[in-house]
Amino acid sequence: MATLKQLRTRVASITNIQRVTNAMYMVAAAKMRRAQEAIESARPYAEQLDLMLRRLQSSIDSDSHPLFQQRPIKRLAVVVVTADRGLCGGFNGNIGRRARLELEAHKDVDIELTTVGRKGRDFLRNRGFDAAHHHADVYHHLDFAHAATIAQQVTADFVEGRVDRVLLVFSEFRSVANQIPVVQQLLPIVADAPEGGGQVVEDYIFEPNPEQLLEALVPRHVNFQVWSALLATNAGFFAAQMTSMDNATKNAGDLIDELTREMNKERQSSITLELMDIIGGAEAVAH
Amino acid sequence: MPASFHLRIVTPAQILFSGDVLSLRAPGSEGSFGVLANHAAMVASLTTGELNFAGDGDRRHLATSGGFVEVSSEGVTILAETAEFNSEIDVDRARASLDRAREHLANQSADRARAQAALMRAVNRLKVATGGA
Repeated sequence: MATLKQLRTRVASITNIQRVTNAMYMVAAAKMRRAQEAIESARPYAEQLDLMLRRLQSSIDSDSHPLFQQRPIKRLAVVVVTADRGLCGGFNGNIGRRARLELEAHKDVDIELTTVGRKGRDFLRNRGFDAAHHHADVYHHLDFAHAATIAQQVTADFVEGRVDRVLLVFSEFRSVANQIPVVQQLLPIVADAPEGGGQVVEDYIFEPNPEQLLEALVPRHVNFQVWSALLATNAGFFAAQMTSMDNATKNAGDLIDELTREMNKERQSSITLELMDIIGGAEAVAH
Repeated sequence: MPASFHLRIVTPAQILFSGDVLSLRAPGSEGSFGVLANHAAMVASLTTGELNFAGDGDRRHLATSGGFVEVSSEGVTILAETAEFNSEIDVDRARASLDRAREHLANQSADRARAQAALMRAVNRLKVATGGA
């Protein structure tokens, strides 16, 4: 049984921890909101890009474009996107495990691993997968140029035949409580069947010709895929951190309650003991 | 009063501008071109250069690193990976990236195509920012 003083020290230190986790919770909540807004503001661009791509695909045969070309896989590039920091529950571990599954499934081919985010690099390195390229310090100031740099690197590798397929592993942001690690094929581009949006409502003038337009549009599509993966992972990280810090704050509260109860019990029993001493002493004097 | 049309400038980070304008000038990859109301439907690609449009009265200038324009009966949409109004361009930063690009170009081992593109972007931003077009 701990003494009263020990209990008091523990309650004080847990109260401090609770203060820290609560502050982190609030910071993560604010940052998550901003990250969610960033996802929202990227949506019009995504929709417009998609619309143009479909329009072009409906007017020409896009399969001839190098970035749509399916090749037998001899070398595979995997881009793993995680957060830089922890204290977010199983968030980074989940992405890391999903990536590892993918890497082990392709053991028979050469793999070129690219990591974005410190946690993913460390996770995979500890399990024997060394990253050929690592992009550090991406989240501190999230910038489209970063996404474009990453995308251009793998696109060049693909076009020049150094890799035959590019996979992107990141965390999809479904909701605040739900982030799921997903694997997306970045290259070759999986062509959606040009339905609905493909029907030509207006007779467009293409300048320059559709082939050249597609040539310019497709790399931007790849850039944007990487960008939205970064945005989703960033928002997911803060959501996961928010949830885990909220849990930590609650757990600290439970612990404080429990310790306070124990402390009170201890105090009461010591008072009872002292009283009994006094009464015993008084009786001894009286007799 | 000349006819106006709706213009939207969309970047991955935000909808930079949305409103009715009277005319637009864009740096097409085949040469700079103008758009007025009731223009034929068109999709065109843009190169690094200056974009400007006139709303009611003032003409506003932007620097872009390229993108696409779609003209349809519903209006005009510009899709740009980067676009900045001249008033928002950080001249010091643009100068710094200009110097960096020059350095890369002087350095033989560097990726020349990328350095060239970076140089073009920096020059363009400076040009638009200082209003010398």
